[in-house]
Amino acid sequence: MVRHSRLARRLSARHENLPQGRGRAMGCYIIFETSGQLYQWIDFDVVRRYFSILGDGALLRRAAWRRQRRDRLSLACHSVGRGAAMSETAIKLDNITVAYARHPAVHHVSGSFERGSMTAIAGPNGAGKSTLLKAIMGEIRLAEGSIDRGGLAISDFGYLPQAAEIDRQFPMTVADTVLLGTWRQSGAFRGVQPEAAAKAGQALMAVGLDGFGHRQVGSLSAGQFQRVLFARLLVQDAKVIVLDEPFTAIDARTTRDLLEIVCRWHQDGRTVIAVLHDFDQVRAHFPRTLLLAREAIDWGPTDVAMSSRNLLRARAMAESWDEDALVCEHDRAVAS
Amino acid sequence: MTTYSVFIAPFVDYGFMRRALVACLALGLGSAPIGVLLMLRRMSLVGDAMSHAILPGAAVGFLVAGGLSLPAMGLGGLIAGLGVALLSGLISRTTALREDASFATFYLTSLALGVLIVSLRGSNIDLLHVLFGTILAIDATALYLVGGIASFTLIMLALVYRPLVAECFDPGFLRAVAGRGSLYHFLFLFLVVLNLVAGFQALGTLMAVGLMMLPAAVARLWAQSLPAMFVTAAGTAVISGYLGLVASFHYGVASGPAIILTASIIYGVSLLVSPSGALRRLFPRPHYGA
Repeated sequence: MVRHSRLARRLSARHENLPQGRGRAMGCYIIFETSGQLYQWIDFDVVRRYFSILGDGALLRRAAWRRQRRDRLSLACHSVGRGAAMSETAIKLDNITVAYARHPAVHHVSGSFERGSMTAIAGPNGAGKSTLLKAIMGEIRLAEGSIDRGGLAISDFGYLPQAAEIDRQFPMTVADTVLLGTWRQSGAFRGVQPEAAAKAGQALMAVGLDGFGHRQVGSLSAGQFQRVLFARLLVQDAKVIVLDEPFTAIDARTTRDLLEIVCRWHQDGRTVIAVLHDFDQVRAHFPRTLLLAREAIDWGPTDVAMSSRNLLRARAMAESWDEDALVCEHDRAVAS
Repeated sequence: MTTYSVFIAPFVDYGFMRRALVACLALGLGSAPIGVLLMLRRMSLVGDAMSHAILPGAAVGFLVAGGLSLPAMGLGGLIAGLGVALLSGLISRTTALREDASFATFYLTSLALGVLIVSLRGSNIDLLHVLFGTILAIDATALYLVGGIASFTLIMLALVYRPLVAECFDPGFLRAVAGRGSLYHFLFLFLVVLNLVAGFQALGTLMAVGLMMLPAAVARLWAQSLPAMFVTAAGTAVISGYLGLVASFHYGVASGPAIILTASIIYGVSLLVSPSGALRRLFPRPHYGA
């Protein structure tokens, strides 16, 4: 934003000793007040250079964040709802612990899914991958910590749960299933617009099921049904796509086709998060990986996160945990 | 015996037959679609459990009103049924018990409680009436109640059709996009209880589910799509009601069981001859050819 660069320079000159200030993100700018002076229309990039932008528009001075002091300084920032969607973080996990029937399944995971990133969640069986996804989708309450969805509502997320949760014997046609994806526009009561129907038709074509609209979902094979669910995700047009083991029990050709769609979502700038079992798939297609074994073993670029040392550690972690493991004693568990 | 004297005369000649017929039509139209949804949710037996759960409420209504009063007993039944539905939902969400298990525990408790309350004050005739209903004794008040419930059910189904279907088919999806899955679930259970209350005057608590589940099972055998199932089920229920009444008139048998048995006969025939029925399986069409 060239026309605001002068103001930006003034801010950067003073960034060393920023006293109290208040910020408010509006649209794609931040209005920022410091030393009694009001800086308006500050180039967002400049602010980002000196501050971590938490979702919801909260600012955190980077240096402080690195020191893990976690004090939010006195930069009291207003929550700004959707205005904060401009932040680069789509979803931020802050020290979350999720428990099933009081047994913690995922512990103290912190980190963020950047906006437009494509992240695989990998790990051994029972590592808590699906649990973590459910927590992100708000399906399970957190035992500890918080999730910041950067001003996005759950309905902005396209979620593909494990197929087992869907009743495929239900008398639904393929077209109706795909049209469910227009829920955000049509809601519970409004009629289906012709454009929505056209969009559903295109989505079916994109997943290679052209002409299947009138078939009952019960008559489809597992691979075809997964294609239908992908078509529904296409229609949903969500900003964040969350996939739980999308390619389990799916034939190779379908997997290849659907992976292509996932990669296209990534190119469109959507945030993609997928739980995957196949490490080769992860290495080949996913730039970032969260390696999970009850806690985050590593979270970063795939080649680093999926190092053999990390994978060994993940397996050791998963094996050393049992139902009665005490919360937060992971160091001892790893040592033993 | 002419066709007229068999099928039409009873309703022309007797007011109670006319009222019973109207009650059957209303019950069939309201209950059958609810039954289809119950069946598709794999909750067929939950409907049965729920109908027993209504009993103590109806019994308390019976005691308070000092006799057989459908509005009082209906209200009591509604409260008891909803109470059990909510409690079962709560128990299954907070303990290791699944919803069907908690329903079973509650309905047994309720049934025992209901029979106990009726036996405290009423006679055996009253108990029989509550358990098995008397569709021929329906008066105008009861008729308005049954008709009102059927209309309300159909209007509600039309309004929340999409979320109900979504909640049935893919509950996780509905939670994610609308975030109100359990609201629709409870609305649905409310409609179930409401229709059972309507049914229990006619068929009694034990058989009120009959006009829900039997037509639903018939519909599943004949129809492919959900709207077609609704229509088939409602049609089956209405025809069973009509033929059951005719049969009970001419053979002098109890009307409630006659209606349910008629539905059972339709079900039995459907089992054999419907597209997905047994006969078609025994004699499969060759795979090519028309």
